[in-house]
Amino acid sequence: MERTHLPESNWQTRPARILRTRQMTEHEKLFEISLGGGRTLDYEPGQFVMISLFGVGEIPISIASSPTHRTSFEICVRAVGKVTRALHRLEAGDELGIRGPYGHGFPIRILEGNDLLIIAGGLGIAPLRSLIRYVLDNRRDFGHTHILLGCRTPGDILFADEIDGWRKRMDVHWECTVDRAAPEWTGQVGRITTLIPGVDMEAERTFAVVVGPPVMYKFVIRELLAKNIPEHQILLSLERHMKCGMGKCGRCQIHNFYCCQEGPVFNYSDVKWMPEAF
Amino acid sequence: MQELLQYHVLKKENLDGLVTRLAKLQPLAAPVAKGDGNFAFASVHEAGEMTLDYVPTILPPKKYFLPPRETLLHFDVRRGMHVETVGDNQPLTLFGVHTCDIAGIQCLNMVFSERPRDYNYLLRKRLITVIGLECNGYCDANASCALVGASLPNGGYDLFLTDLGDRFLVHVNTQAGDDIVDTIKVFAPAAAGDLEALAALRERKRGTFRNEVALDPRKLPELFSRSLESPVWHDLDGRCLACGNCTLVCPTCYCFDVRDEFRIDLATGRRIRAWESCQSEPFALVAGGENFRKTRGSRQRHRYFRKFAYPFGKYHRFFCTGCGRCTRACMAGIKLKETLTALAWGQGG
Repeated sequence: MERTHLPESNWQTRPARILRTRQMTEHEKLFEISLGGGRTLDYEPGQFVMISLFGVGEIPISIASSPTHRTSFEICVRAVGKVTRALHRLEAGDELGIRGPYGHGFPIRILEGNDLLIIAGGLGIAPLRSLIRYVLDNRRDFGHTHILLGCRTPGDILFADEIDGWRKRMDVHWECTVDRAAPEWTGQVGRITTLIPGVDMEAERTFAVVVGPPVMYKFVIRELLAKNIPEHQILLSLERHMKCGMGKCGRCQIHNFYCCQEGPVFNYSDVKWMPEAF
Repeated sequence: MQELLQYHVLKKENLDGLVTRLAKLQPLAAPVAKGDGNFAFASVHEAGEMTLDYVPTILPPKKYFLPPRETLLHFDVRRGMHVETVGDNQPLTLFGVHTCDIAGIQCLNMVFSERPRDYNYLLRKRLITVIGLECNGYCDANASCALVGASLPNGGYDLFLTDLGDRFLVHVNTQAGDDIVDTIKVFAPAAAGDLEALAALRERKRGTFRNEVALDPRKLPELFSRSLESPVWHDLDGRCLACGNCTLVCPTCYCFDVRDEFRIDLATGRRIRAWESCQSEPFALVAGGENFRKTRGSRQRHRYFRKFAYPFGKYHRFFCTGCGRCTRACMAGIKLKETLTALAWGQGG
């Protein structure tokens, strides 16, 4: 067997360096990363990158920062598997490999000029933070913006300091709820679905953007439809395990869609018939 | 006349001359008897080593286009993020490939040349010469090549041999095929009578290769569009052993795993891709531990939809070639033709 160097290979990774890390919660850590050679990552909110730790493996991770800040990008990683645990052991100055960005993100051009209802469950805030920061950096281009967050406990709330910043802004409506909390918690307790009926919005011109654990989607969608948001205006990011990001390995296939190529962001109207979607 | 120029005649006594010369030009693989009615594509050097009367080989020629394991890149962690992306390749001539397996290669070609292109695959594909062989009759009762339109040749080869009794008629389809005819001087020009014999054989084949399942293949997409909740999948759920044989032997299954391997120095290593099966339980696991294809029946449904429904919408062809391997390899006796028949009956198809 002969071996050929393939400089055009899609498996080529780009060298990147961790600029900063921040332990967010017990299980989640934020990494600020820059590509080598002063290059920037050209991405849109909702897209993901393949992160390589050679010898350990490669995984897809959503980008958590906004492309409006171009010199670096951020990923928020929960330590659950072999690669993510190894990633958590890295600190500023360490290197990793990057492929991507991959996938279709949130349709910014379509969202512009409309009202937004952003619904984040747990770690779903990571890709949505990319959108939220993009919206806040281009605030004039978007209509009313509602952000609903749901977490298991107050200790699981990610980006708590940023959320505090949103609270002070006049141009964002923001609410948060937790599934359970100690008595000293002064915020709301209950599922994220309990926040939706109270949102004051004009359904016809509102795009709902939902990211969270799979179990959340069914219940959230039911509430959104009850608020008369048109089906094609409900956007869902469906996250799957992936090995290639190029629509080949089959891991992320949801019926006839490859999540890595046609997604991860889908219109509810396109996927509502799919029992494998949510 | 132009058509006649594309045909040559190979006398059967010259077959060994062709095979030995081909094997000298570059490595040659052909079907070889492995005992118990099993065959495998393996390296050969002369015609006596191969068997041209064979049921589909245990593994399809996919193994040469998409090897069970291949290296994608080498890394050296002492040199930071330095990687070298590589492709394993070797010139190869595949001899005696049936039309179903040629159809399988065509399916893989479509997938891996679709953007983003897979250069590892495309590099190998460019180096493989395909010499096809017509089936004049069914290989066995598990075949359903006529149903999916793979019983007659439809491109995808460099040379194609049809057994006309005392001679092979050879169709030259590419420049690479023409070069073989020019280089290895064992061929004679075809005459009009040869083409008439070919036409008669194909006509006979149309009578022999009848639709094997009692349903109109044009209705397959519609049948599957109504079959998402069919009780057939519940039946398969109770029978399937989730061994993954059906996907490993399928000429059009291409799902893979990617993983890293360190060498013993724990500093250098490689990233490989290896065949993977959608029939294994963890395959469709998603973040958080949820699995949208938990049951064996749902994974079998996925496999059937990947053969008959999803690719038809995307590539306008079935990704089943009718080779029958999945049926022959199934440890639980699940038969593709029975499943299709049950779907058709269950749905009134």
